[in-house]
Amino acid sequence: MTSMTLGSGATAIDLKHVKVFYSDKLAVDDVSIPIYKNKITAFIGPSGCGKSTVLRAINRMNDLIPGARVEGEINYHGKNLYGKEVDPVEVRRRIGMVFQKPNPFPKSIYDNVAYGPRLLGVTDKRTLDEIVERSIKGSFLWDEVKGDLKKSGLALSGGQQQRLCIARTIAIEPDVILMDEPCSALDPIATQAIEELMKELVKSYTIVIVTHNMQQAQRVSDFTAFYSIRKAEETGGQERRWGVLGEFAPTEQLFSNPKSEETERYIRGEFG
Amino acid sequence: MKRYALNLHPNTFVRYQNRNLFSLYQWSTLKCLLNIVCDNTGLTPIHIRGQKQDMATTIEVKRKNGAIEAALANDASGRPRIEKRGRPFDDFMRYLLLACGTISVLTTLGIVWVLGSEALAFFTSVNDQGNVFSTVLGNLGNFLTGTQWQPGAGLFGIWPLLEATLMTSFMAMLVAVPLGLGAAVYLSEYASQRTRSTLKPVLEVLAGIPTVVYGYFAITFMTPLLQGVFGRDTVQFYNTASAGLVMGIMILPTIASMSEDALTAVPRALREASYGLGATKFETISKVVIPAGLSGILAAAIVGISRAVGETMIVALAAGAGPRFSFPPDFFVAAETMTGHIARISGGDLSYGSIDYQSLFAIGLALFIFTLLLNMLSRYVTNRFREAYQ
Repeated sequence: MTSMTLGSGATAIDLKHVKVFYSDKLAVDDVSIPIYKNKITAFIGPSGCGKSTVLRAINRMNDLIPGARVEGEINYHGKNLYGKEVDPVEVRRRIGMVFQKPNPFPKSIYDNVAYGPRLLGVTDKRTLDEIVERSIKGSFLWDEVKGDLKKSGLALSGGQQQRLCIARTIAIEPDVILMDEPCSALDPIATQAIEELMKELVKSYTIVIVTHNMQQAQRVSDFTAFYSIRKAEETGGQERRWGVLGEFAPTEQLFSNPKSEETERYIRGEFG
Repeated sequence: MKRYALNLHPNTFVRYQNRNLFSLYQWSTLKCLLNIVCDNTGLTPIHIRGQKQDMATTIEVKRKNGAIEAALANDASGRPRIEKRGRPFDDFMRYLLLACGTISVLTTLGIVWVLGSEALAFFTSVNDQGNVFSTVLGNLGNFLTGTQWQPGAGLFGIWPLLEATLMTSFMAMLVAVPLGLGAAVYLSEYASQRTRSTLKPVLEVLAGIPTVVYGYFAITFMTPLLQGVFGRDTVQFYNTASAGLVMGIMILPTIASMSEDALTAVPRALREASYGLGATKFETISKVVIPAGLSGILAAAIVGISRAVGETMIVALAAGAGPRFSFPPDFFVAAETMTGHIARISGGDLSYGSIDYQSLFAIGLALFIFTLLLNMLSRYVTNRFREAYQ
């Protein structure tokens, strides 16, 4: 399965034989997938299959975990993100991330959104005001908070907090937005708001989303990567588990006509 | 306490992990229930204790600290026991703890009472100025504004003592806050798990050194050092700089340790959010971690100031033995702090009820009010600047 056969436009990121280790224990083995530009790619699979691990490898978030190591290549604009000359800080400025649990800073709504631009050296008040307004509008939160940007980000509801986190991410205008189960802590209405927002955002951004919710993957994504778990008995009777890529296909095809039996069983809800 | 009841037959014998725990019926049912309890509470069955009370069986799930998390009980009839019953031990503990609380509050009130009444006696009797009201007001005015403390001449101005206290505390904070915060940031953000687990206990041992040792350290090391750097003509043997600097070293571990706790408590999610937006490590620390932990850091600083203001042994040994007011403040001359003065005077022959004796209570009250104001300030500051993350 190569990007050619799926081919629809340019890729933003190419994962080639990516392996992730946590303190020398293999966590994910040999993942090769393309992430298409201005498309939503969903990562699905049972718990412990490494889908979040792969996601966090894409913007070098795993660097923050002591002992984490990535092998293989993650190519971004023709450059391997794990090349020696690459600065992870620069990577994260271009590949933003939205986390599972909304994690606004304990600062005002304004300061939350202005955080990234300020890091990039924007100090002019008027420019910041513009960026903040544009970003909050971009995450469909403006009408709810426009009167009171001084209010703490933590005073918002869970769904609003998550949209604030998205606003914060798009304020630095990344190429790619990684979303790690962004709706798992939200109620259905807030989830719907985020999903609609994603469909809007994908016009200007490339999105990768990890989700436990197969309906969500079907609703929002263009491509889906299914990850599954491999197990092996180790000497001493201990079981070793690691994640592998099960199948990658356009979402419609993966859900209607899965190639592997494992994928089919998973999407029918037989395990997970 | 949550109670769980189930039907048990008291005569069924059960061994669990080679220990006789209890006799009961339907062990597997019980085990399931216990496992549910344990799953919910994060406890392991090793903490389960069985107890035979007559024909009834009680099983309690305990935490490691002994607190009872849940209990399963039945009576001899085999029916679950759910009726209310007296808990004498609980009641006893309740009153015991209430007594502990009451004693500490009453002690404080007692100290305030003694301080207040003796200080009032002082202010009513130092220099008579006709009626009681104007005497108290006049003496209080002299006490708060006077720059000379000469009991022999009837001069009781707090400023020489207060100034020395402020100077030594200022010196101490100058050392302790930046170094302490720096150490805390290093420990919580940069040090590896192993380095941290070695360094933190060492730091805490430093906090346990008796202050008299620090006092000698000031005289035998810090003062000669200052004299070497600034010259013997400038630096007197007894001086507030030496005492203050060493006091800073004494407070350093407290501030470092408390600040480290505050920084470590900042959720990982906030750090990740910052890194995810392309922040460097230092940007993350200075713009997210420290602001989020600021209330704890300020609390640490206030505890440090309070300790510096109240510290006695170091200043008594190294700062000097005579009240002296200098303006502008000269850190290299001898002076006596409020605490140092109290220690020296009460060490000599002091007759009960004399003016000297009563003046100490006036200083004591001033110290008390000073630290009280510091505490109130810290509460205000922490509430005002805190970035609460929960």
